Amino acid sequence: MSEIRKELKYLSSHEWARVEEDGTVTIGITQHAQDALGDVVYVEMPEVGSTVSIGEEAGVVESVKAASDIYTLVSGTVVAINEALQESPETVNSSPYDDGWFFRVQPDDLDELDEALSADDYRELLESEE
Amino acid sequence: MGNKTVLYSTHQAMNGKLVDFGGWDMPLHYGSQIEEHHKVRQSSGMFDVSHMTVVDVKGADAKAYLQGLLANDVSKTEILLGKALYSGMLNPQGGVIDDLIVYNMGSWFRTVVNCGTREKDLAWMNKVAADFQVELIEREDLAMIAIQGPEAIARTKAVVSKACAALIDSLAIFQGLASDGWFIARTGYTGEDGLEIMIPNTEAVAFWNALAEAGVAPCGLGSRDTLRLEAGMNLYGHEMDDSISPLVANMGWTIAWQPSERNFIGRDVIQAEKTTGVKQKLVGLILRERGVLRAEQLVTIEGNSEKGVITSGTFSPTLGYSIALARVPTGALTGSHCFVEMRGKQVLVEVVAPNFVRNGKQVF
Repeated sequence: MSEIRKELKYLSSHEWARVEEDGTVTIGITQHAQDALGDVVYVEMPEVGSTVSIGEEAGVVESVKAASDIYTLVSGTVVAINEALQESPETVNSSPYDDGWFFRVQPDDLDELDEALSADDYRELLESEE
Repeated sequence: MGNKTVLYSTHQAMNGKLVDFGGWDMPLHYGSQIEEHHKVRQSSGMFDVSHMTVVDVKGADAKAYLQGLLANDVSKTEILLGKALYSGMLNPQGGVIDDLIVYNMGSWFRTVVNCGTREKDLAWMNKVAADFQVELIEREDLAMIAIQGPEAIARTKAVVSKACAALIDSLAIFQGLASDGWFIARTGYTGEDGLEIMIPNTEAVAFWNALAEAGVAPCGLGSRDTLRLEAGMNLYGHEMDDSISPLVANMGWTIAWQPSERNFIGRDVIQAEKTTGVKQKLVGLILRERGVLRAEQLVTIEGNSEKGVITSGTFSPTLGYSIALARVPTGALTGSHCFVEMRGKQVLVEVVAPNFVRNGKQVF
């Protein structure tokens, strides 16, 4: 079973979200997702200042094997993207929950995160997929 | 559960990510397929290719049989004991049943065919064999390990018997010879120098482990695919299949048209096709900006209403951008451009000859 962090929220499409101290929300993909994708070679992110919405494609991650859309867990305005991934996309593989984060959102409504999966829900999902 | 090679537990112990490949549980990678790719281009890597099917062809008519069965002419191998020949095996409609390697073993021949096509290959080879004095012997007792890369030969020599090391030194490129139950060939599927070694199953694990200790990196099918694609080598089921002519699949060089009286299976159809002109051909595509070309994406050439299709596409670790092989209408010329539909967008790509990297260097 791949690493799942207790403090994060998850989507069934294998993104995670972390609420930062300043109220922004950081989005990335899970350990399970990077393992399934294999070596990541490109990451396409939303532009800083653009808006992202739940259920709409916010970015793309491409590995040697496949391309996969990235979804946000909260709607809002993008306040930062992880520029380092343009040069070193492999960071998504080596550090999916820390250095390999994708983008940060100023949420319109933080309560939207309540709809996302808890760590336990996400673990159950992975177990059912095995 | 799929078939397992004799190295299955070894792959598990080395943290191989095992996936189904043509009915076999095979390692995709042992951590990072890109790192494995670089190992082969820069030093040495090894692949378990024991899933491939080895069939020995023996008997008084072995040569005549293969001259009818294969589009290439095995008489070309008579110049040198152990000479290897790459060929398509065609059906009567001129499509490719499989691509294979045949080695001249002196009084008989050894063929190596793909694992995913094993059953139909054997059925066809046996059917054609009915008219000849030949015996087909499948060699399930043999494992096969490919050691590839600029340092592959030196590192292999360091762990084999003196007799085998001397044999390796004597090998020409595309030649294979036997010693003490081993068959060592200077062939491969990566675009690098290296060896493909067939050994008794009972000796495979020890040999693999010895190679690993000598610094040869274990590599999975993931890097095998990116390496062969960079080298512009076909993969059965992608660049060609039962419905694709070898002339369309960049295999024209593997067809021996002379002597004209050699009537190999499929000859009449592809000869007529050659005379009237092929309608499609295989080209290389490169995309220097972000994004990865993928198999089955559609290719549009300006001024041509007929679409082409990507047969294999990937990110090239050596070049740092995406490359692909594509089957396109013959109007698309090398050096021009075309468009590929990627995720709903038409993306401009360059058209080049279907060969990207050999011996670690860009070649287009």
